[in-house]
Amino acid sequence: MLMEVKTLFDKIWDNHVVHQIENGPNVLYIDKHFIHEVTSPQAFAGLKERGIGVYRPEQTVATADHNVPTQDQHLPIKDALSRHQVDTLIKNCDEFGVELYGLGHPYQGIVHVIGPELGITQPGMTIVCGDSHTSTHGAFGNIAFGIGTSEVEQVLATQCVLQRKPKTMKIQIDGVLNKGVVSKDIILYVISKLSTSGGTGYFIEFCGSAIEGLSMEARMTICNMSIEMGARGGLIAPDDTTFNYIKDREFAPKGELWERKLAYWKTLKSDKGASFDKEIHFKAEDIEPMITYGTNPGMGIGVSETIPAVNGQSDVTLKKALEYMDLTGGSQLLGKKVDYVFIGSCTNSRIEDLRMVADLVKGKKKAEHVNAMIIPGSKQVEKQAVTEGIDKVLAEAGFELRQPGCSACLGMNEDKVPKGKYCVSTSNRNFEGRQGPGARTMLASPLTAAASAITGHVTDVREMLN
Amino acid sequence: MEKFKTLKSTCIPLPLQDIDTDQIIPARFLKATTREGFGDNLFRDWRYKENDHLNPDFILNQPGITGDVLVAGENFGCGSSREHAAWALFDFGFKVVISSFFADIFKNNALNNGLLPVQVSNEFLNLLFEKIQADPSTEVNVSLEDQEISIAGTDFKESFEINPYKKYCLVQGYDDIDFLISKKEEIKEFEDNRLEVAR
Repeated sequence: MLMEVKTLFDKIWDNHVVHQIENGPNVLYIDKHFIHEVTSPQAFAGLKERGIGVYRPEQTVATADHNVPTQDQHLPIKDALSRHQVDTLIKNCDEFGVELYGLGHPYQGIVHVIGPELGITQPGMTIVCGDSHTSTHGAFGNIAFGIGTSEVEQVLATQCVLQRKPKTMKIQIDGVLNKGVVSKDIILYVISKLSTSGGTGYFIEFCGSAIEGLSMEARMTICNMSIEMGARGGLIAPDDTTFNYIKDREFAPKGELWERKLAYWKTLKSDKGASFDKEIHFKAEDIEPMITYGTNPGMGIGVSETIPAVNGQSDVTLKKALEYMDLTGGSQLLGKKVDYVFIGSCTNSRIEDLRMVADLVKGKKKAEHVNAMIIPGSKQVEKQAVTEGIDKVLAEAGFELRQPGCSACLGMNEDKVPKGKYCVSTSNRNFEGRQGPGARTMLASPLTAAASAITGHVTDVREMLN
Repeated sequence: MEKFKTLKSTCIPLPLQDIDTDQIIPARFLKATTREGFGDNLFRDWRYKENDHLNPDFILNQPGITGDVLVAGENFGCGSSREHAAWALFDFGFKVVISSFFADIFKNNALNNGLLPVQVSNEFLNLLFEKIQADPSTEVNVSLEDQEISIAGTDFKESFEINPYKKYCLVQGYDDIDFLISKKEEIKEFEDNRLEVAR
């Protein structure tokens, strides 16, 4: 008998379909549901209106990250609206029996950092959260995607979400990365080639020797930004790197269950000859350190390249972007004065990112005019940084290490980049006003961000690695 | 959820591509714990200048430009999953958004709130922009029943796609949670039959 040939995505998806509506979406079962303070209150209010509870509270995990201060977290939150929102999460979790890793808890942190580091995120699962960067978790070989608040309510009420099955895309990157090029550069490069909408309607499997060689932290950075090309999510087949990362973490399976799960996880890969709706290949050698010049993540260039020129009157979107950024088409970003450097966010705030920055800035000082802020992804990352002495290295270099949260990635709390100022940021979005009204964001890797903080201008990190 | 069947309205044009949800509603206005009131801050940083002064150049602030239909460039609603973007548009008074391409999460969020995303061809979109520019009183007819959009007083029309299930929900004002709750037995059965290793 012939076995059906399937992609990894299809295998996991098909394993979770509870019901298929004729000519409609699937009822998809959700294994893990992460919630946070910003996109959950209206969903809990909906449950109250209907007079129902959370169906599977034990499969739901909450944290406070988007709207929390990154200084003095032991004190009451100053902003009344933010305090009310965080308090509402505490009340809802208490009332509905949901585990909360809130401010002050040793597990608190950015939702997409804590899930993996606690071993909650595992291969083969379906994972959702009211946050588009839920795609991060796909690095472990699962289906993880962001949802809206009405869908958060669906999952709280029934542990299922109505969803149409997306198409599949394979992005294969083979070869060896050049010096100074890290996973953030890979994904910024891919998005610059596919555009900010090139992945819409697809779920992406990343593969190839360049991906296989990456650590889990680096893989998370790649999957995290799948949404920046419009894809609901990205995933990478689990391998020994994945299993070694998960083993012995707080909520990882233990003992005999670990052995059985491991055997199952090893089967999670696309079958040979499985067909994707779209396949794209890139060569790792073609990628140089990347940086964005515009107001969406697709507007990226190699750091040595020039900004594209506006092509006639019809190119209103690029024209508007360059006006907002106050940049000229045809010029270089290299050497552009930098006011702020932000290292953090669910894209690049893990221990490996902090180590990468510390290694580069050790014994150096940031340029005097640069405001350099580092926001660890979680309390655990913060603790590890202290254990390794990274906090001291950063302090000596003039970088400010703050407390965990989403911070200036989205400018919801007081961490903002002022109007007109240029920020090299390791976050995921350079939209107008994303880091504060009028802020000008240039997305880059932690290496490029740290190098630019030292020199005070947009820098090709390869020159510092010589 | 409000029911949607047909609509005839003038349009508000926003001919930019890749309008992201941070433009529709910036993050600093996401602190509320209810669904109401987000319309006040719709397109906040485009509608207002510093010190909260209205920006007279922005389309929503121009005299004589009104309508329940927003017409926007390709890839509308990209970026964040914040449903607040759909709430803000609906709260402001929009019932329909027309574009040649929508971001996935935004499209779901809009449909879950009775805001109809109408995806048209690039040709139709450009023609509509031209018509509105020439005459801001240009109206469109949107029929969800017939899945058809037309420019009033002209022969220009186009059909649009919508998932039959979602169409049924919008026409009936029926929401997904009602449906899912009706499937509870099946969900329980699914859970009971799952392999332990796959959980």
